Amino acid sequence: MNGGRLHPLAALARHVVLMAGAVLMIAPFAWMFLTSLKPQGEILSAELRLLPQHWNAVHNYTMAFTRVPMLRFLLNGAIVTAAIFVLQVVVALPCAYALAKLRFHGRGALFATVLLCLLIPVHATAIPIYIMFFHAGVLDSYASLVLPFVISVFGIFLMRQFFMTVPNDLIDAARIDGIGEFGIVWRIMLPTAVPALIAFGIFSVVAHWNDYFWPLIAINSQSLYTPPLGVVFFRRNDQGTDYGPLMAAATIVILPLVVAFLLAQRRFIEGITFTGLKT
Amino acid sequence: MADIAATAVRVPAATTANRRRAWREELTAMSLAGPAMMLMFLFLIGPVLCILALSLTDYQLGAKSLRVIGLQNYVDMFGDRVFRRSIENTLTYVGIVVPASVGLGLGAALLIEAGTSLRAFYRAAYFLPVMATLIAMAIVWEFMLHPRFGLVNLSLKAINVAGYDWLQDRAVVLYTLCGIGIWQSVGFNMVLFMAGLTAIPKDLYEAAAIDGVNNGWDRFLTVTWPMLGPVTLFVVVITAIRSFQVFDTVQVMTKGGPNRASEVLLYTMYSEGFEFFRSGYAAAVTVVFLAFVLALAWLNAHILEKRVHYA
Repeated sequence: MNGGRLHPLAALARHVVLMAGAVLMIAPFAWMFLTSLKPQGEILSAELRLLPQHWNAVHNYTMAFTRVPMLRFLLNGAIVTAAIFVLQVVVALPCAYALAKLRFHGRGALFATVLLCLLIPVHATAIPIYIMFFHAGVLDSYASLVLPFVISVFGIFLMRQFFMTVPNDLIDAARIDGIGEFGIVWRIMLPTAVPALIAFGIFSVVAHWNDYFWPLIAINSQSLYTPPLGVVFFRRNDQGTDYGPLMAAATIVILPLVVAFLLAQRRFIEGITFTGLKT
Repeated sequence: MADIAATAVRVPAATTANRRRAWREELTAMSLAGPAMMLMFLFLIGPVLCILALSLTDYQLGAKSLRVIGLQNYVDMFGDRVFRRSIENTLTYVGIVVPASVGLGLGAALLIEAGTSLRAFYRAAYFLPVMATLIAMAIVWEFMLHPRFGLVNLSLKAINVAGYDWLQDRAVVLYTLCGIGIWQSVGFNMVLFMAGLTAIPKDLYEAAAIDGVNNGWDRFLTVTWPMLGPVTLFVVVITAIRSFQVFDTVQVMTKGGPNRASEVLLYTMYSEGFEFFRSGYAAAVTVVFLAFVLALAWLNAHILEKRVHYA
């Protein structure tokens, strides 16, 4: 609380409790990784042993990449999350600029609508959007994975709040220089918004890389599976539940985000806490 | 107010050029905000209105026609044992996960902030489950909970405690899922509390010390807890909303079973809507889900407003 000195005994107690908790939090990750290194025989033994006696990592990871098109799943995940983020920015940024800096009829109503839309959970819109896509023939495509998320009211809200803090002088100076409003959005406002965009980007990428609900509904073809669908497919496809390769597949799927998180912890925590607002 | 003052000054001096400029600003704003507005109606507001309308029909996906059947879906739903079970289970899940993960999150935040050593490590360790792909971790948990060679039962055996068949035993399956839910959300609550803790002015602690508040527990009761009150309410509501959305673990680990013991609201919606394609009925389930979430969100807005008045 005041971050000061603790009595040595209190300091010890703090570490004992926190370390016990940390072990519980990390245990699934550690067990997943260790299992991904072991041969099936050791995995199915009724004896508790942490480290592998025989290393089977190469075999397990090879299986994870070859038994299903894991690379394709990862690529799909990257394409979909990148497309969603880029389009979210393309749609949200101009709207946020208009809300923050332009004077027009219905501005108050528009902002109120944005705030109202913040309350709508993604699951609530799934059935109508599915029916709409079914009739439009868009289901089971990249478009079906990306389109519903192109509008991010949270992104609009976040950017609008950020733009409110940008001084008007900056915009007036640009106007005097003869830059049009579209130019102002992309050449003046975008560069100033980078810190907010990074926070929003982390939120968006984490949410959509991890999303299972919508891809599960929208996608049928294996070639369009995102990583979460891929790892579930891998498990279902496993005759006799071959745990070594399965844990290798799980490790592969969570690895990109975990590595990014460990490299940029503070930004990740900020980016995701920001979104305490959004459900 | 500033808006009104500005127009009041401007009106007498309004020239054609000025009016044209204002008109052009309107047009620019429309073209900038237009795409977002259209998409908002197409993917958010439209679908929500559609869900309300759909819940009053017997529509099935792919059917040529539909009939308006009034509240029949709701009557069927509340008469259905599966749905009632689903509501019960969801409320139990929320009722367990919220207090446990809020309490543990607060505890972790206080303990981590109480000292300086290993702070970054603890913060990272507790936060890891928040951003790791839940569906992959659900598969890992399923393996760890395997009755014979899962880590959980092997560890229990090592200390001579009998384990369970965590996912197949009707009496424990829901609590198992609660455990995973708590594991996943403690870190999220922890960072929200940490943000709340750093916002408490240091001089409050100094003032308390002058008033003779010396031990940690008293300091917590007189300063930290009252100052954290609004944050705590906020965290409770956010966690409740997130817990209502439990789906991934259920879909991949239990399919709502055994014998509906882990059936939850979103899973009911999913199986009715996307496995049996009874869209009208699934829409009614969604309306109930939406009502819970909106009620909580409303509560949240209410609390936030209160918090502004404190400041």
